Amino acid sequence: MNVLWLIMISVSIVFAIFTGNLEAFTKSIFDGAKSAVEISLFLLGIVSVWMGITRILEDSGLIYRIAHLFKPIISRLFKNIPGDHPSITAITLNVLANLFGLGNAATPLGIKAMQELDVLNEDKGTITPEMMTFIVINTASIQLIPFSVIGILAGYGHRNPAAVVLPILIATAISTMTALLVLAAFRKIFK
Amino acid sequence: MISYVEYISLLIIPLFILFTVLYGTFKKVRVYDSFVAGAKEGPAIILNIFPYLLTIFVAIKGFQASGAFDYIRDAFYSVFAFLDIPIEALSMAVMKPLSGSASTALFTDIIKTTGSDSMATQMSAVIMGSAETTFYVLAVYLGAVSIRKTRYLVPVCLVADFIGIVVAVFVTKWFF
Repeated sequence: MNVLWLIMISVSIVFAIFTGNLEAFTKSIFDGAKSAVEISLFLLGIVSVWMGITRILEDSGLIYRIAHLFKPIISRLFKNIPGDHPSITAITLNVLANLFGLGNAATPLGIKAMQELDVLNEDKGTITPEMMTFIVINTASIQLIPFSVIGILAGYGHRNPAAVVLPILIATAISTMTALLVLAAFRKIFK
Repeated sequence: MISYVEYISLLIIPLFILFTVLYGTFKKVRVYDSFVAGAKEGPAIILNIFPYLLTIFVAIKGFQASGAFDYIRDAFYSVFAFLDIPIEALSMAVMKPLSGSASTALFTDIIKTTGSDSMATQMSAVIMGSAETTFYVLAVYLGAVSIRKTRYLVPVCLVADFIGIVVAVFVTKWFF
């Protein structure tokens, strides 16, 4: 992340100087800050709501029951999660929310999953293999129906917006699998 | 089929919440107090995430505004000329991992300029639907638990994004 950020910032500034976009660049820094504040405020609302809901799951013990139920499926990808750990429930709910395109639920539940996975983390501040697997699944974006894309296409008079559903599903399925393979390959190299 | 899935999507959160509160009450949990106690965690989590989000957003916006984004896109365009990818779809491919709102704006712009049935639109639609805003996901999830050492995660995500876009290009060409 450090290297990536350094490259992005320095390349941008060099480009801004040579293309004469200096004013736009400086303005964009404050635009970026503004977006971060807006998105954080938005997240504050939805994350708090889902923390409230998941607290009821914890207090009622339902979180362990759901974990027990989905353990056989989740443990195939996440091998080092012990027993009926709450992280299994958070991961399951996040994946389901992603599948159904419920972005407002997926992100908070994903944050919850990261927190639960961090409970198992013995070296705080360093990422665990389980966290990596989880993030890679999330960046590959598995979705049954891409409602937002269909909505935009329909809004602009596409003759059959639903035609994109199957190609997107196939593309997502292939890219999710390859993403996990890439992760497995890197894991072997950096062992 | 689609309306069916859409209906389930609409139903899933309300039903889940209903089940959660009923089950909680059945287990003698004071659901109102539980919810409040959980919601109290929200601000602390966001305070953790905010600096990460800010840091990455500043870099992304600067990258777009400086002209570096256009340059990288054009470089990709000439390198992958043999794949015959419309330049609009390539913009989408480079934009989507960086910014969700910008890629949505770009998508509507592509539909307006190339028509809703053009190859550029179809390909952008597949990229838009099958790729994720990687940098945002990284900032939020890593920020939530203050991970500083990401080991090989970032290269994995970038390689996976790249393969995902190649897959999207081929799938689109195969379908349309």
